[in-house]
Amino acid sequence: MLLEIKDLRVRAEGKDILKGLDLSVDAGQVHAIMGPNGSGKSTLARALSGHPGYEVTGGTIRYKGLDLLDLQPEERACEGVFMAFQYPVEIAGINNAYFLKAALNAVRKHRGEPELDAVEFMRLARDRAKLLEMDQTMLNRSVNEGFSGGEKKRNEIFQMAVLEPTLAILDETDSGLDIDALRIVASGVNALRAPDRAIIVVTHYQRLLNYIVPDVVHVLSEGRIVRSGGRELALELEEKGYGWIEPEATGARA
Amino acid sequence: MPQLAEQQDTYQTAFDAFRREPAFGAGAEADARTAAFDRFLARGYPTTRDEAWRHTSIAPIAALSFERAAAAVPDAAALAAVGFDGVSHVAVIVNGRLSEKLSSLAGLPTGVSVTSAPVGAVPEVADLNVFVDLNSAFAEHAIVVDVAPKVVVEAPLHLAFVTVPGRTPALVSPRLVVRAGDGAQVTIIESYTDLGAGVTFTNVVADIHAAPSAFVDHVKLERQSSEAFHQATTIVRTGRGGTFRSHNVTLGGRIARNDIISVLEGEGAECTLNGLYVATGEALVDNHTTIDHAKAHCPSHEVYKGILSGHARAVFNGKIVVRPDAQKTDAKQTNKALLLTDDAQINTKPQLEIFADDVKCTHGAAIGQLDEDALFYLQARGISLAAARTMLIHAFAGDVLNGIRTASVRDAAMRLVETQLSI
Repeated sequence: MLLEIKDLRVRAEGKDILKGLDLSVDAGQVHAIMGPNGSGKSTLARALSGHPGYEVTGGTIRYKGLDLLDLQPEERACEGVFMAFQYPVEIAGINNAYFLKAALNAVRKHRGEPELDAVEFMRLARDRAKLLEMDQTMLNRSVNEGFSGGEKKRNEIFQMAVLEPTLAILDETDSGLDIDALRIVASGVNALRAPDRAIIVVTHYQRLLNYIVPDVVHVLSEGRIVRSGGRELALELEEKGYGWIEPEATGARA
Repeated sequence: MPQLAEQQDTYQTAFDAFRREPAFGAGAEADARTAAFDRFLARGYPTTRDEAWRHTSIAPIAALSFERAAAAVPDAAALAAVGFDGVSHVAVIVNGRLSEKLSSLAGLPTGVSVTSAPVGAVPEVADLNVFVDLNSAFAEHAIVVDVAPKVVVEAPLHLAFVTVPGRTPALVSPRLVVRAGDGAQVTIIESYTDLGAGVTFTNVVADIHAAPSAFVDHVKLERQSSEAFHQATTIVRTGRGGTFRSHNVTLGGRIARNDIISVLEGEGAECTLNGLYVATGEALVDNHTTIDHAKAHCPSHEVYKGILSGHARAVFNGKIVVRPDAQKTDAKQTNKALLLTDDAQINTKPQLEIFADDVKCTHGAAIGQLDEDALFYLQARGISLAAARTMLIHAFAGDVLNGIRTASVRDAAMRLVETQLSI
């Protein structure tokens, strides 16, 4: 098992958000995490990436046999954990290509691979940019600065394509995307599906899953996974909404 | 703070000693020096009761007994390190005295000269502050840069002010005059470097005149030691359609203060005052700038940024005056400071005095720590916290340093920023 989360409990801003979450993900799989607003979807994504604002108060996360909670955010990234941010951060004065080259070389160095020089990096970056139908000029702009919502999300998946993670967590990557941008981002993600890579897609809506077809769908409610199933579960949610899940979840807890 | 009388005795002794030397001059020049010295004595040093010095106590300067810096020969290897790659026109000024022997000015194009002139032979700087009086009393000669009308100087000119400290605290009084004629273009790099250990007080006065349609690009790089005191008064007058650009980089000194007064005295004149300062440990950096919009249709741009760590303190006061005639003024001012430690401190104040009605003036200040969201974003991509901090500091400083057109100067400044902050 690539990722094994047991009884995960996470606090943020003084509130318990995840209250005993269990999740297992195998390499090669795509898992979708769905759930209503406030159910803890993004908290799960951020806790996996090591965000300092999310305090793990209980449970374990095993990843590639490592205790993930022992690792700093950058160590997790170097071990192949990648989170596509729901709200990518704008960083004035740092060139996108420069930033990504530094990131890639940090990861490569950790893996014991030689660092790429500027020419090798640009060759790779241009190649991956095509995958996302990204304008080359985005490479030379400051990180996310002045990017449209769609450009920011595309830039996240572009980074994923360059960094080639083992575990990618897409945190509401579909939010704020028009249908064309959604299609481009989804086809970029699909191109990155691989037998040695797992992808967790966090989303509120079924729509994205028409393009990125998951192997497993989980429904998160009040900090726990209350139901898991195949793709048809997402369609059922689409049809019935989240309302029918929640009473059951409440019932299960009582 | 020592008694005023005691303070005055120190300077009186130094001034009397100077009077016995040929460099003191005679006749009108000697009279002008004496008058300046008398003004200095009458005014005395400012205290924190003076509004312009409210946050900057110069008690550590006032407490010292200074001697006029002696003539000195700098170590050749140390002097070589003062230069910048690819910058071949260098005037070397040692302890306030232009050294023709150490300078490399032979290749300057026709119409450009760097010479020394008696202080009495250059225009007096208007009654600005007590440090100008002190400079007028003690400056041995003026260093005069003349660029004839229409002459375009492609290569930058480096004015390397070096200080060789002595056994006793040394007062260095450089006086600089830059005159760019009509339509002339020149880039001037004014650097301050200490060669050796010891307490020094550099009190420089620079008088820069950009004639109509002239373009003066000015870099000031202060990289003196942590024992140095540095006071720089720079007055700039820019004529009709002229442009003055300042990149004021302050990276050294125990107390470093810049007073910059930029007067846009012709229609359509433009000025950019940008500054970057880094202060660590117990250092104090104070930038007081004034942009005086005297005539109509003048744009001005000002960005000052500071990085503070340790117990360092900084002051920024950005005054913008818009005179009644200065309609269609467009003035923008921004100042930002990064406080890397809890004990670092900045006092910042925009000061707008607007007497015209059809003008645009904007100002903004932002003070804070490194952006935690940005740090996490970089970390989440595999970049270590230390490297992420370095990247963000680079980006912050680069905003100002990237405006320096000479790459080797820009790079040297960035390296000094890194050294100062140990990143």
